[in-house]
Amino acid sequence: MSEILRLNAVSRRFSGLQALREVTFSVGKGEVLGLIGPNGAGKTTLVNTVCGVTPANSGAIIFDGRDITRIKTYQAARLGLSRTFQIVQPFAEFTALDNVAAAALFSQAGESIKSAREEARAHLAFVGLESQAMQPAATLTLAMRKRLELAKALAMKPKLLFLDEVNAGLNSAEVERATELIHQLASSGITIVMIEHLMKVVLNVCTRIIVLHNGQLIADGTPRDVISNPAVVDAYLGQQYAQRNAAHG
Amino acid sequence: MLAAQIVINALVLGSLYACIAIGFSLVWGVLNVINLIHGSMIVLGAYLAWGLYQALAVSPWYVLPVAVPLFFVFGYLLQRLLLNRVISAPVLVTLTLTFGLDLILNNAMIYFFKADYRKLTLKPPLGSVSLFGVVVPVDRLIATVLALALTGLLYILLRRSRVGRAIVAVRLDRDAAVLMGVDVKSIYAIAFGIGAALAGSAGVLMALIFPISALTSTAYLDKAFVVCVLGGLGSVSGALAGGLLLALAEGIGSATIGPAYATTLSFAMLIVFLLVRPQGLLGRKGFE
Amino acid sequence: MTRANLALLILVACLAALPLFGGAYALRLGTMACMYAVLALSWNVVGGFAGYPSFATAAFFGFGAYVTGVLLNAGVSLTVATLAALAGGFLLAGLLGVVLLRLRGHYFAIASLSLVGVLRELVNNATDLTGGGMGLNIPLASGSSILADATFFFYAMWGLLLATALMLVTVSISKLGFGLVCIRQNETAANMIGLNATLYKSMAFGLSACFVAAAGGVYAAWVHYIDPSDVFDILYSVKPIVMTLMGGLGSPLGALCGALLYLALEEVVWRNYIQIHSGVLGLLIVALLLLLPHGIVSLRITGLWRRAKHV
Repeated sequence: MSEILRLNAVSRRFSGLQALREVTFSVGKGEVLGLIGPNGAGKTTLVNTVCGVTPANSGAIIFDGRDITRIKTYQAARLGLSRTFQIVQPFAEFTALDNVAAAALFSQAGESIKSAREEARAHLAFVGLESQAMQPAATLTLAMRKRLELAKALAMKPKLLFLDEVNAGLNSAEVERATELIHQLASSGITIVMIEHLMKVVLNVCTRIIVLHNGQLIADGTPRDVISNPAVVDAYLGQQYAQRNAAHG
Repeated sequence: MLAAQIVINALVLGSLYACIAIGFSLVWGVLNVINLIHGSMIVLGAYLAWGLYQALAVSPWYVLPVAVPLFFVFGYLLQRLLLNRVISAPVLVTLTLTFGLDLILNNAMIYFFKADYRKLTLKPPLGSVSLFGVVVPVDRLIATVLALALTGLLYILLRRSRVGRAIVAVRLDRDAAVLMGVDVKSIYAIAFGIGAALAGSAGVLMALIFPISALTSTAYLDKAFVVCVLGGLGSVSGALAGGLLLALAEGIGSATIGPAYATTLSFAMLIVFLLVRPQGLLGRKGFE
Repeated sequence: MTRANLALLILVACLAALPLFGGAYALRLGTMACMYAVLALSWNVVGGFAGYPSFATAAFFGFGAYVTGVLLNAGVSLTVATLAALAGGFLLAGLLGVVLLRLRGHYFAIASLSLVGVLRELVNNATDLTGGGMGLNIPLASGSSILADATFFFYAMWGLLLATALMLVTVSISKLGFGLVCIRQNETAANMIGLNATLYKSMAFGLSACFVAAAGGVYAAWVHYIDPSDVFDILYSVKPIVMTLMGGLGSPLGALCGALLYLALEEVVWRNYIQIHSGVLGLLIVALLLLLPHGIVSLRITGLWRRAKHV
């Protein structure tokens, strides 16, 4: 499987806090990589660093054969890196349709407002928001806004999609719905890296898992290996979880 | 010696600048309002000192205890009755509103006092003293000492009194202050009142040194801006740092590239700091 | 084309008929109206669409006035001089924009306000070129009768107004306009979807400055004499904002209506109270902002309001 993203000893510091310490891993094309770890481990910082929001202090990031370590946010978006936000950030006055159209319009070359809106309809349909297309984004429920985020991310025709806790704040029915969407995305060939706390979802969907703790990568492997890794159990999963899972095999 | 002159001048002028700016800084830092009537309030204070001296031969330092409560009430009411209504409005609205208020105040002053420059000359004149080989006029020295005393008083108020602590709390984190039971509306009015009192008092002191006219209000306002951006918002130390830095830069600039460029220099420093370090020397980030 | 945009263009077209109805006095009023309308409409690009509260209008107005004045003194024709002001204004704003538009909210407002002061002082000090504080005399651009002169300048300003209105309508239906509105709502998210916010903002700033500079140029030729405190007057920054707020719609049509309404008020009510003229302006501003919140009715500005409440 070819590599689409590689991080080499990437570090990032925020005056006094070392958020990422020499993180090294790679993501293969078409993988669904889970990124887990306790709060404050640096997961969102990692995504921010790859996407150019908080550039790396040292190390290198190679995306699709291209060095993107010093890249600007909007350039990353145009290259095929897309992400959702933990705290959703829609364009509040725009309709759901225009929210998605905006994403299509600016990340793809040669789009017009008209063609972007047409594409937006298709993406809204994919996430199940067609009937909300003309509603202002501010009036949507949280679950709908999360799906809107996803539609926007997809409108950017990403090669690599970062999902940052898409399930936070959703009830179990909504979580199942979201997981189903992720499955569909994965099967369409998009590489996915998902930050997630719900282990159920992670184990269901991910082909590989990496674990961050205090800015460091402490594990990298198949789901089975990772959840039985003692360092991971110590830092994040906890003994109870490990025992429960060992019992189920 | 030139260096000593520049330093002494900078200390004197810097303290005056700090005094001019501190009220403005407090209001900006605590209420997040850029109070464009600040300059006019300083001029009004100067007129007060001048008027009382002309009419009753009251020296400016005796006017201070009168100016402080007068201006405090003025500021308190202005905030409570008018400004409070737009307190959460975007910067566009609050800036334009205080601009409108300034037009009213400034126009009123020109109408009643005319635009002619007045001078408050003390009789008998106080002469000058020599400090480290530099000649400093006594009235300027007194003004400097009083200016520092005023800023010192504010510092103590903010540190030691309940109201002062509440003001600092609101400045640091408005929402947390609300949760702690602080009556924020009241604090806003009090802070604005203090800002006005400081402006009026600064004006009384300025009357000793600079010519008085409503036309100078913009100059005072501009200085206050620059000091705030250079030194940081909402703190006494910030105002002092900013005032000193500005006075020093002007002094050195005057000596090297000429006094005509003094105003340009201060504007240029303002813009450079806004771009490079908007929170100023001592300020905290995040007062958009 | 939306109805509002259409109404805007129709209104602009109607204004062209003014010379048929009035003499030199009406033409003077009309020229001022067109000038202020140019300023208000131009401001809409950076303040309305992009949501950056710029107080720099006076800086570019003065810049244009002096560029034109100096060029006219050098024998250049009015058309070329005005075009130079237009191009110069666009470039200056575009370059400054890259730097200034990194600031947000209050800081941007202050920086843009200071720009007026900086340019004024620079012009004041460049005595050889600009005459400094003593002002600049500008040769008469057209040598005929008062009425012909007045008509000429009215149509010159009107032409600028038409150009500004067309620019505004074009931007509002273009990708640039769409992008600016994205930036206004959420600049971080706008960057995230591939929008080069710095470029867009600079272009907006440039567009908001170029016609203002040209208007300054026409103004300079019209009044024959300018000095720094006259053209770099903060009021040229504040009045367009007040007009836009008065128009109540926060939209281009609103800006034009606000400009016309404001000038009507200024002439009718205040010509009689010249001494307290600025005081009455102040009262109007205060009354407008406090008592007419429904005047600030557009989603745009109330949207900003709502967002500001969460700050």
